[in-house]
Amino acid sequence: MDKIKAIYNKIGFPRFIITLLLFLFIGIAFFLDLSLASMFTDILKRFGMNAILVLAMVPTVQSGSGINMNLALGVILGLIGCLVSMELGLAGWTGFGVALAIAIPLAALAGYLYGLMLNRVKGQEMTVGNYFGYSVVSLMCIFWLLAPFKNPQLVWAMGGTGLRTTLTMDDSFGKVLDNFLSFEIMGVTIPTGLLLFFALCALIVYVFSNTKTGLAMRVSGSGEKFAISSGLNVDRYRILGIVISTVLAATAIIVYSQSFGFLQLYMAPLYVSMPAAASILIGGANLRKASIAHVIIGTLLFQGLLTVSLPVINIISEGSMAEIIRIVISNGIILYALTRKEAV
Amino acid sequence: MIVPIVFIIICAVGYYFSGLAFDFVMVEMFFRLSRNLLLVASLIIPVITGMGLNFGIVIGAMAGQIGLFIIANFGIGGMTGITVAMLASVPFAVVFGYLVGQVLNRAKGKEMITSMILGFFANGIYQLIFIVMAGKIIPFSNKDLLMDSGVGLKNTIDLVSIRKSFDTWLFGDIVNFPVMPIVFVAIILLLINRFFKTKVGQEMRAVGQDMHIAEVQGIDVDKTRLKAIVISTVLAAWGQIVYLQNLGTLNTFTNHEQVGLFAVAALLIGGASVEKATWKEALIGTFLFHLLFIVSPPAGQKLMGDAQIGEYFRVFVAYGVIGISLMLHAMEKRKKTEDRLRLTIKEK
Repeated sequence: MDKIKAIYNKIGFPRFIITLLLFLFIGIAFFLDLSLASMFTDILKRFGMNAILVLAMVPTVQSGSGINMNLALGVILGLIGCLVSMELGLAGWTGFGVALAIAIPLAALAGYLYGLMLNRVKGQEMTVGNYFGYSVVSLMCIFWLLAPFKNPQLVWAMGGTGLRTTLTMDDSFGKVLDNFLSFEIMGVTIPTGLLLFFALCALIVYVFSNTKTGLAMRVSGSGEKFAISSGLNVDRYRILGIVISTVLAATAIIVYSQSFGFLQLYMAPLYVSMPAAASILIGGANLRKASIAHVIIGTLLFQGLLTVSLPVINIISEGSMAEIIRIVISNGIILYALTRKEAV
Repeated sequence: MIVPIVFIIICAVGYYFSGLAFDFVMVEMFFRLSRNLLLVASLIIPVITGMGLNFGIVIGAMAGQIGLFIIANFGIGGMTGITVAMLASVPFAVVFGYLVGQVLNRAKGKEMITSMILGFFANGIYQLIFIVMAGKIIPFSNKDLLMDSGVGLKNTIDLVSIRKSFDTWLFGDIVNFPVMPIVFVAIILLLINRFFKTKVGQEMRAVGQDMHIAEVQGIDVDKTRLKAIVISTVLAAWGQIVYLQNLGTLNTFTNHEQVGLFAVAALLIGGASVEKATWKEALIGTFLFHLLFIVSPPAGQKLMGDAQIGEYFRVFVAYGVIGISLMLHAMEKRKKTEDRLRLTIKEK
């Protein structure tokens, strides 16, 4: 009995309950004769789309500023990268590369400034970051309306100013990663490029966190007093964590958009942090500890659950149930993490 | 005091460019105050108790809407309808408030983000109940409220039977103003003010100043915090009912969503902080925030050629003001703990 309890404690409540639900839904899907191949295709695709966004949570948790509730900042700069690339009429890999090349330095700069601010509000990063993110999103709504973009595919047909709410990326670099080396096996499409790109990002984060700087960053995250007594400049490493996180968020939205095929502006980036936060917590992370394994497990479980539950629920209940499940699970898991005793 | 002054200037500039007539703005203002002030006032007690800005009033608003579903189902109209709705919402609000309080007691120091996520979470449960279960598990005798399939509430529910009933109550034939809602909210504000002089109110103040000291003084901290959230939730439920009787229609799945954001922004614009709020800040803040609501679309139209810009500006202000106040609060708190740390080191 004690052994079972020990295993359960190791898995943790979020991982346990979500895995259970996922297998339940896969079981029902199998029973209902739904195409499992198309489901796994969707799961892989959605994993690739969302995993980098979840990965962006790792550096901030490791460096001690908790879950990054302000992914929207990086996301917006990623969108700007995409927009500039699309405005120039670039397509394919060039378009993708230019979008990244513009977004990353902007995100690094914004992350640095945001990090300076967060260092002054230690202990309240989540609340402040959340509302800071919301303000940035709404301020940028004005920017999208006034921004000097001229490409007729981007701006509203009437009046010729103001960016559209959703922009199609078919003519620019939509699906460039998804289609790269993609192949089909037993009816499941493997988006090789998409998965490889995530693997690359994850590898960079992993290698970095094992360098001397990365190690110092993790030490300063594990305990401020200990880090100071070891002679580390905690504030500097916290900023570093936020810079990496913001850059990853910018990269993530470019990857997400090219796979989705649309660029979503205006209020769309508002709640971007919530599902990412839920994913990494489901993966077994908490507000003080996060790793790449947590990212992979959490994203697979969360996206898997969302993908499988939708067609199943469409058959056995109302369509809106899937959306309700998403809201209840993602917020429920965040609440669980917030009310844990060890969460500081 | 700097925040309200800045907003007076913004509103004055906005008013100047909007080109709106003064009486129009004032009449509009009166209605907006009458229907929004109670929701803002519901935030005061948790602030004094040291729980920060209770974004969980969204859940109170849901309780208010449940009260309205009940009277819409039984077709109770007029002032009776409103009274019944208010009374019926109380048990729901008390239970919800108790649950919110329990969760917040387990998340001390992170109440605001927790109450906000709780609002999102409760919204999911609310949808589960009123989209999936209504009509199926929860019986509704009035089929007009349900979707054609017989399951799930309609997206908008007509409240024509109670529309402006409270606004026109007693004085409706004499003046065209919502006299009674204003009187009602004035009484509530007065009661809140009095409440802090009672024993429970004093305990709340003590808990708000320092939980540990309060504990040592023999105050049951968790219980006091629970009471504060329950009162706040009940007031929010009533506030939502007053608000919706003025509008006359209920958007089943959206009306409650922005309640927390707008009420919190209004209170902060009035000069309140995460730790200090009185009826004065509620009144000034509601006035200024809604003045901005009235003038910013036409001002955006005149200045930038697009009313949408004014709309976005308003949303930006709501989020921005909350963000900045939370930031200032966190900085102050950090400084305080650092000072205390320095002091203890010195004593040693």
